[in-house]
Amino acid sequence: MSRRENVQRRGLKGPRPEQRRRPIGRRNSQGIRIDPEVEAEPDPRRTIISAYVENEPGVLAKVSGLFHRRQFNIESLSVGPTQNEGYSRITLVVEEPDPGIDQISKQLNKLVPVVHVRELDGKPVARELVILKVDGDEPDKVQAITEMYDGEALDAGPKTVTVQITGSEEKIDDAIDAFEQFNIREIARTGQAALARGAEETARVDERHT
Amino acid sequence: MSGEQAQAPTETTENRSSDVETGADAVVRALENAGVEYLFGIQGGAIMPVYDALYHSEMRHVTMAHEQGAVHAADAYGMVTGEPGVCMATSGPGATNLVTGIADANMDSDPLLALTGQVPTDVVGNDAFQETDTVGVTSPITKANAFADDPDTVGSDVGTAFALAKNGRQGPTLVDLPKDVTKGETSVDPGTPTLPSTYETPETADPGSVSEAADALVRSERPVILAGGGVIKAGASDELRSFAKEHRIPVVTTMPGTGSFPEDHELSLEIVGMHGTGYANMAITVTDCLLAVGTRFDDRLTGGVETFAPDAEVIHVDIDPAEVSKNIEADYPLIGDAKAVLGQLTETVSGSPSTDAWLEQCETWKEEYPMEYAAPDDAPVKPQYVVERFDAATPDDTIVTTGVGQHQMWAWQYWTWTEPRTWVTSHGLGTMGYGLPAAIGAKLAAPEQDVVCFDGDGSFLMTCQELSVAVREDLDITIAVLNNEAIGMVRQWQDVFFGRRHMASEYPWIPEFDTLAEAFGARGFRIDTDEEVDSVIEEALAYDGPSVIDVHIDPHEKVYPMVPGGGDNGLFALTEDQL
Repeated sequence: MSRRENVQRRGLKGPRPEQRRRPIGRRNSQGIRIDPEVEAEPDPRRTIISAYVENEPGVLAKVSGLFHRRQFNIESLSVGPTQNEGYSRITLVVEEPDPGIDQISKQLNKLVPVVHVRELDGKPVARELVILKVDGDEPDKVQAITEMYDGEALDAGPKTVTVQITGSEEKIDDAIDAFEQFNIREIARTGQAALARGAEETARVDERHT
Repeated sequence: MSGEQAQAPTETTENRSSDVETGADAVVRALENAGVEYLFGIQGGAIMPVYDALYHSEMRHVTMAHEQGAVHAADAYGMVTGEPGVCMATSGPGATNLVTGIADANMDSDPLLALTGQVPTDVVGNDAFQETDTVGVTSPITKANAFADDPDTVGSDVGTAFALAKNGRQGPTLVDLPKDVTKGETSVDPGTPTLPSTYETPETADPGSVSEAADALVRSERPVILAGGGVIKAGASDELRSFAKEHRIPVVTTMPGTGSFPEDHELSLEIVGMHGTGYANMAITVTDCLLAVGTRFDDRLTGGVETFAPDAEVIHVDIDPAEVSKNIEADYPLIGDAKAVLGQLTETVSGSPSTDAWLEQCETWKEEYPMEYAAPDDAPVKPQYVVERFDAATPDDTIVTTGVGQHQMWAWQYWTWTEPRTWVTSHGLGTMGYGLPAAIGAKLAAPEQDVVCFDGDGSFLMTCQELSVAVREDLDITIAVLNNEAIGMVRQWQDVFFGRRHMASEYPWIPEFDTLAEAFGARGFRIDTDEEVDSVIEEALAYDGPSVIDVHIDPHEKVYPMVPGGGDNGLFALTEDQL
């Protein structure tokens, strides 16, 4: 019984906050114990997450909804079928500090249609594609730049030239810069598609999911 | 746990209805095969085929007054029994009225299966009458959900959803049931609930990690066990109790973990976090080794993470790897079922930490920060006193449900919790109105146990129509409305953080809840003075049916201790001037 008769007090008794024993340490905003004297917030880094998923209706909505509601910073997303009927591969480029990258993998793994998730660390084989539509005033120069980037002209007319470039993210960024001089009218750019390098498996799945 | 090992149902054939002829029959058969006894719901156009198929089933359907009541009743049924509670509603408004309760179950990892009617598949997407994209709406707040699209598989969809709600980290699941699918012909018996092949849950933790964690615990000087809701969900209270007692480690509980360790034991520091005890918050702030079991380190527990147990090595036991190092970094992650991993720790820990001095310190804190509330002679009834007298008048296994707000915190603080699955409340979502429908679900789940609902006047007004169900079902539950004629917790915050401007938190007029209860056919009581407390409690408990006590409490009473949102647990305020 913690009732105290005839006491006039609001709240409870006890030593005030400044009179109490205090801890020595501190955590950062990620809940990681750090040296209390230094600021230590982890820096975000860019990486590729690859998910092997059952190709059921709504799976892409579930993945994108997860990123939205957990405020994960997603740079690009691409999805397409695999050699196994009924299964797709989702490739995500994300930019997060290490704890965030860890959370992305773990949270994706909890979605029931997701069979396997991993970060493609090391040096994955990764490519993306851009289609650029520029003014057609200088077709020769456009063709020259396109060839410099191992690209291909897809369409040429009196007013516009449309080309495609494939390559790494950096190469695509550079190519877009190079085409600025021709007045870029429109860009359509895919996300990255990626696989693990060499004999390493991108997704480790048993025969039930192939 | 893989699909092949899914838990066998307790009953498979006994209560079977006739042969499966339609999708709706398959839905009902799947529920029967899962051992479901109660369904909570409301009829409506798109779900009618399923209700029709229930006509010959021996499962009991309880018609609630509002779909929110159905989902909270099912949620409480799941919390008390550990088996998924089942609720059903029609499409559109029926389904959206379930949403609050599904979100509630999702926050608290409560086992729950929601079945919703849907418009026929040929008009889905056409904005048909009572059409809502229920799967879309509930995707972010379910563990899994599914749109049934074939009479032959709708039964197994329901079985799988049941298995997912129950196994691994529990949670709510939903199956959306288009009317043409439930009316469609099939003869496929769905069999027993089966987990999908993509779903795997770890059972035991990596032995090497267990061993490292055990060493860290033994060499610590100020260890604390933090018991979360996962301990109760895993049925690991016995393991927790014997482990703590064997190694003489003090225990604090989170709100969902309350009841996992008996508060009348000397090792109990009771409850921790925003409105936890001073001694629990002192201990968790200066501990050097925190054994956290089945907790997601919610912000109401941690306060600001920068100042949460900042000197502690953290051993985190959880069945969901995503909870480990999500909010608080785990130095020793132990991924597995709480019961299994506590068993591993029990076998692995050799020796015990030397905790004599630490326990003495904890005892000192208990003396320094008593949960003593002042009760001057001339003051109105203190809500804490009502909670304490109810506790004294009822058996240890009494189930307590609540709404959300001050009354909930007083119930949490001043009831002496000794048994798991007796504290049935809305933890993570903070859903006002949870208490009364939860009391209905709890009473049906545990008819031999007393059920007391502490409610606030604000919370009670949100779902009081469910009294009609309690009367109709003749449920012996007692509801104590701790009435301060205000949304009291909001007013308490306004006093501290909003310059005492009581915007939309006080009622200029409020119904007489005792008279209201009588109108529903329940018994109504009223308490205005301390002298009436014991006799009215006795009378209300003795009444064999639902009763409501309108307790007019001291409107100025506040909830302390208090850690402001994002604050430092160790700097909890004991009075308003410390905030």
